[in-house]
Amino acid sequence: MLNYDLVVVGGGPAGMAAALKAKEEGVEKIVILERAETLGGILEQCIHTGFGLHYFGEELSGPEYAGRFIELVEKTDIDVFTDTMVLNVSDDNVVTAVNNNDGLMQFKAIAVVLAMGCRERPRGALSIAGSRPAGIMTAGTAQKYVNIDGYMPGKKVVILGSGDIGLIMARRMTLEGAEVKVVCELMPYSGGLTRNIVQCLDDFGIPLRLSCTVVKTHGKDRLEGVTIARVDEKLQPIPGTEEYIECDTLLLSVGLIPENELSKDVGVELDRVTSGPVVDEYRETLKPGIFACGNVLQVHDLVDYVTEESQIAGKGAADYIFGKKKGGTFINTKGVDGVRYIVPQRVNIEGDENLKLYFRVGQVYMGAKVVVECDGEVLSSRKKVKLAPGEMENVVITAEMLKKMNENSEITVRIEE
Amino acid sequence: MKKNLICVSCPLGCPIEVEIENGEVISVTGNTCKRGDAYARAEITNPVRSLTTSVKVENGVHPVVPVKSSGPVPKDKMFECMSVINSATIKAPVKIGDVVIENILGLGVDIVATNFDAGI
Ligand SMILES: Cc1cc2nc3c(=O)[nH]c(=O)nc-3n(C[C@H](O)[C@H](O)[C@H](O)COP(=O)(O)OP(=O)(O)OC[C@H]3O[C@@H](n4cnc5c(N)ncnc54)[C@H](O)[C@@H]3O)c2cc1C
Ligand code: SF4
Repeated sequence: MLNYDLVVVGGGPAGMAAALKAKEEGVEKIVILERAETLGGILEQCIHTGFGLHYFGEELSGPEYAGRFIELVEKTDIDVFTDTMVLNVSDDNVVTAVNNNDGLMQFKAIAVVLAMGCRERPRGALSIAGSRPAGIMTAGTAQKYVNIDGYMPGKKVVILGSGDIGLIMARRMTLEGAEVKVVCELMPYSGGLTRNIVQCLDDFGIPLRLSCTVVKTHGKDRLEGVTIARVDEKLQPIPGTEEYIECDTLLLSVGLIPENELSKDVGVELDRVTSGPVVDEYRETLKPGIFACGNVLQVHDLVDYVTEESQIAGKGAADYIFGKKKGGTFINTKGVDGVRYIVPQRVNIEGDENLKLYFRVGQVYMGAKVVVECDGEVLSSRKKVKLAPGEMENVVITAEMLKKMNENSEITVRIEE
Repeated sequence: MKKNLICVSCPLGCPIEVEIENGEVISVTGNTCKRGDAYARAEITNPVRSLTTSVKVENGVHPVVPVKSSGPVPKDKMFECMSVINSATIKAPVKIGDVVIENILGLGVDIVATNFDAGI
């Protein structure tokens, strides 16, 4: 059994930021366990720019952003095990992992940070008629083929889902000479950042069809085409609107799911909406000493926010390790009237620092107000030009506001049109 | 004349309104920071984009290394830049910031590596 103060599961931007913050706070023995061959996580394949503007004040590509943190980790005495897969986290914070050199290993930790990221919703999660010819893959898989393996998976492409990875891949494949025929989105709005619609689709004249889906795939060994159709308000295909589109590749960009198998096994309570753990403002789960951050907690579209969140978790873990983490009186936060979820789900009213509540809305709002309330009193109300499901928002709860709350209080965030 | 744009300079994607008279920009509103102002003015006169792609690498751990343009390139030169980059091959080892193609198409912009490849 190897003894550590802090074990970090996952070496993406979340795991690295949490480990670095804990180190900065004085935690001595820290280890990062990463199943891939290098640190960096999914950023290694995100070669477009747009990372780090908030955090570094410059626009970096994914590998550059990750590279900055990898360099920082290398300068510390944080232990790193790559090619190492974590199999289990036990109730008493023993982390079991395996790799080819060391075989099965056990790490006894005072605190654990879960930073396993997310994975893409696979085709199985969708119901499309047709056999399973080659040429159907998630947008992230295509991203890896093109950007890491240097191989183009197809020439005529249809993309289902307008998540950011799908939009980014529409541009990427177009630049590499493929013809991206259409991006179909089931919902009446796009799930991606507006800037990505502008610079990945509009720039290249790629049509985005909202309220539209793929109902059938054609081809036996290799995809030959797809049938798309418009959908009604209940998201059901409208008969008579079918259209055949010839293509050899169908990319799916239909959402990301936090990778929480390990969290479930150790009995961490998950939020039904985020599919990530329920946490307090220090990003501690309901299991003492187990923290979570990054995409395993909630799907982020900006890595800068991943870093910010993970530093909070790293600080929380350090405080826990040093026995400084205060107990307190925790109350719930709740999203209502258009707010789908809030992270953190629990807040300590004895806390003496300002904190941010992150949330997502369920539909597009123009000129609506974000209203924060507690016990019938409006704490803040701010008008936003635009709110969209694809963009994570936040509101600030000040220490002053917390002082006025009691153990029966509940903080709600709602949208007022 | 008014024109509505979305600033693509950062992921915030601010909606911007530009007022144009006789081909000249009179006012820019809606931007959160000054990059938005610059973006809107460029978008009316000479739209530019930063380019990210990959270049073939010999003896690399991976067959390609990601690259970016050191500054923005005119939007209508993107495909020309792509064909120059796709006909190039570099040799590992490569590090972040290495200039892969200098002054591409004479645009005053370099193509630089954005990841490491230690080589095999
Ligand atoms: C395919 C894909 C493409 C994306 N593209 C973009 C994009 O273009 N732009 C953007 O802003 N955001 C993108 N994202 C979102 C992006 O993931 C986040 O911005 C950020 O990288 C999340 O950081 P993270 O550390 O939480 O997760 P990740 O970067 O996913 O890192 C998690 C790490 O944990 C490791 N891990 C998981 N389980 C285990 C285990 N059991 N044992 C050991 N290690 C484990 C993984 O190997 C991985 O390295 C993308 C996400 C995905 C899934
Ligand atoms: S105006 Fe500034 S903050 Fe807004 S999108 Fe552009 S760069 Fe980002």
